[in-house]
Amino acid sequence: MRREALTGNQAVAMAVMYSDVKFVAAYPITPQTSIVEKISYFVEKGLMKAKFVNVESEHSALAMTYGAALGGVRSFTATSSHGLLYMHEWVHWASRSRVPLVMAVVTRTIGPPWNIWPDHSDYMDQRDAGWIMLFAMDAQEAFDMTVQAFRISEDERVFLPVMVGLEGFIVGGTTMSVALPDEESVKEWVGERRQPFVFDGSANITLGNLASPENTYILHRNIHEDLLRSIEVVKEIEKDYSETFGLPYIGPVETVGEKESSYAVISMGAWSGDLAEAIKQLGRNDVSLYRIRVYRPFPCKELRQALSRKNGIVVFDRSISFGSFGPLYMDVKACLDSEYTNVVNVIGGLGGVDHSLGEYVSVLRKIFGEMDREEKLEKQIWMEVSR
Amino acid sequence: MSFKGVLPGDSSCPGCLLPVALNLVVSSIGKKVVSVVPASCTSVIQGYYPKTAFDFPTINVPFASAAPVAAGVSYALEIRGIKDVVVFAWAGDGGTADIGMAALSGAAERNDNILYIMYDNEAYMNTGIQRSGATPYKAWTTTTPIIGKREAKKDVAKIMIAHGAKYVATASVGFHQDFIAKIMKASSISGFRFIQLHLPCPVGWRFDSEKTVEVAKLAVETGAWILYEYQDGKLRLTGPSAQLIEESRRKPLEEYLSLQGRFSHLTKEDIEQIKQLIREQWEWIKKMI
Repeated sequence: MRREALTGNQAVAMAVMYSDVKFVAAYPITPQTSIVEKISYFVEKGLMKAKFVNVESEHSALAMTYGAALGGVRSFTATSSHGLLYMHEWVHWASRSRVPLVMAVVTRTIGPPWNIWPDHSDYMDQRDAGWIMLFAMDAQEAFDMTVQAFRISEDERVFLPVMVGLEGFIVGGTTMSVALPDEESVKEWVGERRQPFVFDGSANITLGNLASPENTYILHRNIHEDLLRSIEVVKEIEKDYSETFGLPYIGPVETVGEKESSYAVISMGAWSGDLAEAIKQLGRNDVSLYRIRVYRPFPCKELRQALSRKNGIVVFDRSISFGSFGPLYMDVKACLDSEYTNVVNVIGGLGGVDHSLGEYVSVLRKIFGEMDREEKLEKQIWMEVSR
Repeated sequence: MSFKGVLPGDSSCPGCLLPVALNLVVSSIGKKVVSVVPASCTSVIQGYYPKTAFDFPTINVPFASAAPVAAGVSYALEIRGIKDVVVFAWAGDGGTADIGMAALSGAAERNDNILYIMYDNEAYMNTGIQRSGATPYKAWTTTTPIIGKREAKKDVAKIMIAHGAKYVATASVGFHQDFIAKIMKASSISGFRFIQLHLPCPVGWRFDSEKTVEVAKLAVETGAWILYEYQDGKLRLTGPSAQLIEESRRKPLEEYLSLQGRFSHLTKEDIEQIKQLIREQWEWIKKMI
């Protein structure tokens, strides 16, 4: 396997080319733009045999990607922030149509105020839409997950769209060393396009006409149940990918530190690296980090196993459900049995705020100190920032 | 595989000619089809899952998306080397002139290979007769309930001509042969093609459901709706409209307006203003031919 210096965005573009994608429709938005610039270059240069269409909006980007997917070809798009919100209607329509396709979401804050820096608010806004949602923490994962996303999406046990999240700039725009399998073996591994139905004049079918409340209920419940079951498919496909290309298998939740530790920190995305470092600097060996790599379906079973017999859990969220808690915290809490009372939600990094290592250490020291002394805990703590 | 079109048992309103028009489209294209339908009366007319009255492939999509979804399917077929299928969008005036305009404009500008048919019943009929951009001047709707629409009808065909579309035509459900000829011609061309079909709505326009053909014909015969086609930079009047350049040869506008409850509140001045708008439209036609 050769290594290349790639940004997260370049890694996604390479993965799209290697996965034999035939159709891409996209609209530029910072910090996603360099993905579609790279893909359009691959196509115009003749390196990638695909059609690339510059559409007039993100709403049309996903609509056209969907049309091409229905027409029988492997299709991809990418967006960020307001672009993702503008296509939100289509995020739902695509999954509720059970159409396999893949979209990269290079995360960015939602305005106002205008702000191009990354948090998870745009990505989390899609959590109820019925997509499989992966989240990468570096360029290597961005590549690996994007390739796997096509196999997952087109698996007959799944047939749902897949979203690959990566943070803008800190992952999307940062150059890292990426191990790249050879293009032909990736194409072979991803295989032929598979989909549940095709619109090419060969079959006389109707998609999406009026249905009774009961039939709608059944169709939507099927999505939920297939999505829950798909966690095994996601694991199986990652295992197969790792074995085929000689890469380590990580799973839906990565554990950093001792499995048998007393305390857990849970996070998702690039700042997990800061948190792992902060835990080291805390100087205590009874704290481990659990990084969520598969956000939907939420890896409940895996987390419950990982968190069994923990005395305290701290969940870091890089977005907030205004007026409530961070979405990751709510998912974790919903999975845990009722005896887990020491679960604290830390909110930080909104608007792209880059907290220092010292700040992470200090907030963790405070929370774990309170847990050690069995003091009453605040359920939600915000990282402090100065103007 | 051949498609039968709209089967008996669709759920359109009494006197609605939409199924007839859609049948003409499917049967006149002469190839296999894939249709794309945004939110509109047609979403309802096709019937209830798991059944459908449409005997041809149909993709239902949300409002502002007919053009890009149709284009996406068309690109996929091109990539797969499939050439014997016409992909057409079948969208109402709201989904075209208003909420779908940016997406339509994008498809026209890119010359996406689709046939886009706007069935123009001049208001949001499926939600219950609300004003659209394509509602004509002074027409009553449930959101222009007393004064009527204060603005002129948005001219989508003209906007498509301004995009340099390969083929643009207007048509009427009252003149089948003219409509069929246009569908056939549009189907033989590749690239972006647009047809605006005038489709009177008995419920929304407030006329008796047995008079749909009569109202459709009168719209053309009075000169209120002009039949033409535009190709290669040239505009050509078609059907009865070809004989109606002289205003004196047209039937009196009142014959068309008086059949419709949506115009029952008009004053003499209103009617004069409508006549003036129609004259301006014909002046534009004269410049183009």
